Amino acid sequence: MFNSNGNGTPKIGFYVCHCGHNIASMVDVEEVQKFASTLPGVVVSRDYKYMCSDPGQELIQKDIKELGLNRIVVASCSPLLHEHTFRVAAEKAGLNPYYFHMVNIRESVSWVHTDKLSATQKAKALTRAAIQRVFFHKPLEKKSVPVNPDVLIVGGGISGITAALTIANAGKHVYLVEREPTIGGHMAMFDKTFPTLDCAACILTPKMSAVKSHPNITLWTYSEVEKVEGFVGNYKVNIKRKPRYVIEELCVGCMECIDACIYKEAKYPDEFNQKLSKRKPIYIPFPQATPQVVLFDPETCIDFKSHRCKKTCIESCDRKAIDLKQVPEYKEINVGTVILTTGFKTYDAELSPQYGYGKYPNVYTSLEVERLVNASGPTAGEVVTKDGKKPKSVGIIHCVGSRDQKAHKWCSKVCCMYSLKLAHLIKEHTGAQVYNFYIDMRTPGKGYEEFYDKLMTEGVHFVRGRVSEVTDWALVPEEENKLTIRVEDTLIGVVRRVPVDMVVLAVGLEPRVDAGDIRRMFNISCSNEGWFLERHPKLAPVSTFTDGIFIAGACQGPKDIPDSVAQAGAAAAEVLSLISAGSIELEPNTASINEKFCSGCKSCIPICPYSAISFNDGTQKAVINEALCKGCGTCVAACPSGSIIQNLFEDDQIFSEIDGLLKFADIELEEMEAEHA
Amino acid sequence: MKYIYYPGCSLKSTGKLYEESLLAVFDALGIEYEELKDWNCCGATAYMAVDEKKAFVLAARNIALAEQQFKDEEEVNIVAPCSACYMILLKTQKFLEDNPEDMAVIKAALKESGLDYKAKAKIRHPIDVFINDIGEQEIAKRITKPLKGIRVASYYGCQTVRPYSTFDDQRNPVTMDKLFKAAGAEVVDWTMKTRCCGASLTGTIQEVALPLSYIILHEAKKRRADVVTTACSLCQFNLECYQTNIDKKFKTDTKIDVIYFTQLLGLALGLEPKKLGINRLFAKPENLFRIMEGGKPVYV
Amino acid sequence: MDKKSVFAESFALDNAAKDIVEIRRRIKYESELDKSFRDKIAKSAHGEKLYGCIQCGTCSAACPVSHYMDYTPRKIIQMVREGFKEEVLTSSTVWLCASCYACTVECPKGIKITDVMYALKRESILGNYYPKKSPASILANNFFNQVLNNGRNSEGPLLVKMYLKTNPFMLFKNMALGFKLWIRGRISLKTERIKDKKALKKLLQSVEDKSIYKAEVNSPALKEASAV
Ligand SMILES: Cc1cc2nc3c(=O)[nH]c(=O)nc-3n(C[C@H](O)[C@H](O)[C@H](O)COP(=O)(O)OP(=O)(O)OC[C@H]3O[C@@H](n4cnc5c(N)ncnc54)[C@H](O)[C@@H]3O)c2cc1C
Ligand code: SF4
Ligand code: SF4
Ligand code: SF4
Ligand code: SF4
Ligand code: SF4
Ligand code: SF4
Repeated sequence: MFNSNGNGTPKIGFYVCHCGHNIASMVDVEEVQKFASTLPGVVVSRDYKYMCSDPGQELIQKDIKELGLNRIVVASCSPLLHEHTFRVAAEKAGLNPYYFHMVNIRESVSWVHTDKLSATQKAKALTRAAIQRVFFHKPLEKKSVPVNPDVLIVGGGISGITAALTIANAGKHVYLVEREPTIGGHMAMFDKTFPTLDCAACILTPKMSAVKSHPNITLWTYSEVEKVEGFVGNYKVNIKRKPRYVIEELCVGCMECIDACIYKEAKYPDEFNQKLSKRKPIYIPFPQATPQVVLFDPETCIDFKSHRCKKTCIESCDRKAIDLKQVPEYKEINVGTVILTTGFKTYDAELSPQYGYGKYPNVYTSLEVERLVNASGPTAGEVVTKDGKKPKSVGIIHCVGSRDQKAHKWCSKVCCMYSLKLAHLIKEHTGAQVYNFYIDMRTPGKGYEEFYDKLMTEGVHFVRGRVSEVTDWALVPEEENKLTIRVEDTLIGVVRRVPVDMVVLAVGLEPRVDAGDIRRMFNISCSNEGWFLERHPKLAPVSTFTDGIFIAGACQGPKDIPDSVAQAGAAAAEVLSLISAGSIELEPNTASINEKFCSGCKSCIPICPYSAISFNDGTQKAVINEALCKGCGTCVAACPSGSIIQNLFEDDQIFSEIDGLLKFADIELEEMEAEHA
Repeated sequence: MKYIYYPGCSLKSTGKLYEESLLAVFDALGIEYEELKDWNCCGATAYMAVDEKKAFVLAARNIALAEQQFKDEEEVNIVAPCSACYMILLKTQKFLEDNPEDMAVIKAALKESGLDYKAKAKIRHPIDVFINDIGEQEIAKRITKPLKGIRVASYYGCQTVRPYSTFDDQRNPVTMDKLFKAAGAEVVDWTMKTRCCGASLTGTIQEVALPLSYIILHEAKKRRADVVTTACSLCQFNLECYQTNIDKKFKTDTKIDVIYFTQLLGLALGLEPKKLGINRLFAKPENLFRIMEGGKPVYV
Repeated sequence: MDKKSVFAESFALDNAAKDIVEIRRRIKYESELDKSFRDKIAKSAHGEKLYGCIQCGTCSAACPVSHYMDYTPRKIIQMVREGFKEEVLTSSTVWLCASCYACTVECPKGIKITDVMYALKRESILGNYYPKKSPASILANNFFNQVLNNGRNSEGPLLVKMYLKTNPFMLFKNMALGFKLWIRGRISLKTERIKDKKALKKLLQSVEDKSIYKAEVNSPALKEASAV
């Protein structure tokens, strides 16, 4: 009746599981078992309490050996849960695992139905379909590809630094690519870190220099990834190194050239200091920058604009490190795995004009204040307003750009805590009255609530209410020449106007502007909000849907340093586990193109979500890269000439399965007709 | 393009000077218009408080009437100068679009009166028309008496730019400022542009309303404005006509010229004060006239 | 209106206690709350996001008149959500709201607070809760009737009527202002009318007939208010 595909005449073993009461209470398993035993090809049919248990699996293995079974069908839970279990069991008994097929009668039947009779009917129908299907199963071999042990990490913030050091310490080579002239990310801008208030530089700079000097780390700062090709274990990556106009190997960071620049005064906004201070056309972001190499800003350097500078900088450099003719350098590397640690950006406070950022000089963002309180910052650690005076009162406004439908809906998670930190530091530096205007105080974390307690005892004001506006119009004398914060003190139920000298906006965290480009380049997904999407929010938080590409830190969602570091460690462990396995087994349910029928229409190429299909210009046919194909089936359905075949989803398998289901419908119809007659 | 002019109740009474100046400026700029025939009350604020459905019918009837009157025109642009009318017409359109059931009821009711509500008409505020249809450059060209040396505090009021209108920013609108810059004036940067003037509370609960108007006038004076321009009849009324009450209550001097933006624009276009309804103001805008003639203000 | 719970009655303070210092007992029993009220407001076209309020108070802070209200707009939202019907509908807040939409623009959760205030004004009139001497509610009612009958609003007669009903003294006080307006041709005691008054009345009637809220629109309280 049926054609079998190798392995002799099909001898099918069928097993239906009770799953305790999970299945047996809604499906008459015995009836299913009896029904299956009548179907063609079925040699043995059994029901058992827990098929996934060791005795359950042994039952199958025993039958394979004793009865010479060559096809196995198990009707139990979802394949997501135990397909792997049963495949391994079959394999151990000497059967190719792809002769096994699973029917889901728990999630799709017993858990979702309320009528036992029809649930049993449905289970029977699905059983017949599966039994008819396995007739056509073929033995498949898993392919395995070797994993290149070199690793690429993109983004040198605390997450990238941590991951790089962990992997390098395990003896593997890391390429760390950072866009800015220095590594360190946001953490390098802070003075202190919550909740312990330890000095950020003290804990970060040793790590930065460890990265620089580590024999297993190739550090490329001022560089960007331009192109990524390949698949897990074998990625080819192109990187552009932007010119610094200073030879990195020669420069020792003595900064003589900066002093010698024809500009006696620094004139241009210093990006690292949030534009609160000025720098020269030749500069270094901050004293501990890593690598400690100066760089040119061609936009502001006279010589780049007019070629007419005396170039006092070049003269001053004994080591002849300056090279104004430098051009971009392009690198191509091969790596097996990638970790993305590109971090976040802060919300643009001008988009919430009610708080007057950009309009009133003494409205600051939190990041600016981080620089103000920093000893190496623009004011050498003095907290002063724009007119150089110490503020007598400071208001910190929480949730700017967060928890707001007009900006971002999410809570940025770190801003309550950093606002507490800033409140402490501002009070310490100035003795001012500091107000925190918050909606909810979010301090979950080890030692965080204790930190909040400490701040309260320090006498910081906590006013529960979201500020509606910061304004310079005065209603009463105390408000003259001040910024007035208007808020409802919701715990009292009274509207308050609080005059302050300085306003700090606790801006939220948002995805980087180029997160979408990076996502496309590395073929991963983003959540609706634009954060890199993890494979599973709980169980696979650092994996992505693309094998071999991992994410860690604030690029995946708002996160503080402890969480970022933990994720970086997790990503490093994932990478190391792939590397030490040495190779990766690929699921064999991939698609392939039958060249004979392929018309070269290219319809399949753009629709493959994994970019697995390319075009062979020689043969004028499409080719699928098995290592990239995820077996989604999109191309199979789209190919107009029907020339794409997918393992485990071949036409005769599917048609036979459908036939099995429909037959059942026929029987039901006959029964109904008989009843009527 | 021709516009359909919807005056609403107030432009025929307390806001008569708004109507006069608006239409005079329309004529001066060559803007064609027709008044909506047999218009009814827009259904605004006070009506909304009693029966929402009926408020929407009132607004929808006006829109449907306009669509009927302009059935041969390509576009139906309704100019609603009073902020409350403007807002309620927009709100009605938005509400009916979002609530198809109510749309069906109201459409059916209008049909019985022989009207077809097509929801096609565009609701426009005159500022929107001047800035987006005519343009600042064009207006600048027609200015014959530039407002040199005059510091204008543009006051938009609450319902002109929020919550449904889209022609300007809801928190810090700038269109009226652009208009006066084009007319050669200096504009005052202040935060009162959309702060409530007290609205109809001046008539009902004065204790609450007067401080609101006071704050606005006080700020305008503090920012050295010579004139406050308004775009809504209620605002103009509150800010000008209650000045003496306010001064008495707060023991201050808030005396400042408060006129319709169309009146000031009309003056810059060289129109006769009488044609602009200047004579209907409570007090002659003495400062304004003096500065326009190159003199010094009398009250500061 | 027998909403008071038995408990509340028996725990009421006697006058002796009240005399010592001014004390007020504040406690709310679940049985006194009206859960259907909250659903009614939340499910109306404007209340959709009401349950999403995070009680941040931005609305109250943005509101130009909240400092005169007995409950700030934020409190009103919470009270509606929890079914404090009587307190809400008899509050001054509802009638002090000037419909300036500042709160609506600023609310981070997209709650249409102004529209909720309108809904509460209507509920207050329908349920006969509105303050009978409050000029704001009287103005609303008079305005409504004037338009119902004439299609237009005539500011002069409207104000006169309102002051007569609430505080005739105010009429006196504002006479000077009225006179100034009158000599400048900015107000008249004439009643404005549209031509097709009949058609308009029919139109309004027909919506009423089609309205799902028909029963309420015909409530005695509204009739009484309309009879003015
Ligand atoms: C004001 C403020 C104060 C804070 N205070 C604290 C605190 O006290 N304690 C605490 O625990 N947390 C604090 N945080 C949170 C902390 O900043 C983050 O947890 C941490 O910076 C996340 O590190 P990261 O490496 O994931 O991202 P980042 O620090 O953002 O680093 C990302 C790095 O990747 C680079 N990069 C980005 N895109 C690319 C690209 N395409 N190619 C190459 N490189 C790229 C960036 O240049 C950057 O160097 C604070 C945050 C803010 C905003
Ligand atoms: S195989 Fe699946 S259905 Fe059977 S016992 Fe295990 S979990 Fe339950
Ligand atoms: S070339 Fe001239 S301007 Fe440029 S860095 Fe050197 S000295 Fe300064
Ligand atoms: S962490 Fe705090 S300040 Fe930041 S968004 Fe969340 S609640 Fe607001
Ligand atoms: S099956 Fe899916 S992943 Fe594989 S080649 Fe076709 S479209 Fe790409
Ligand atoms: S602003 Fe919105 S979310 Fe905040 S309290 Fe008011 S209604 Fe609630
Ligand atoms: S609409 Fe009403 S509640 Fe809202 S801010 Fe204005 S007056 Fe206050």
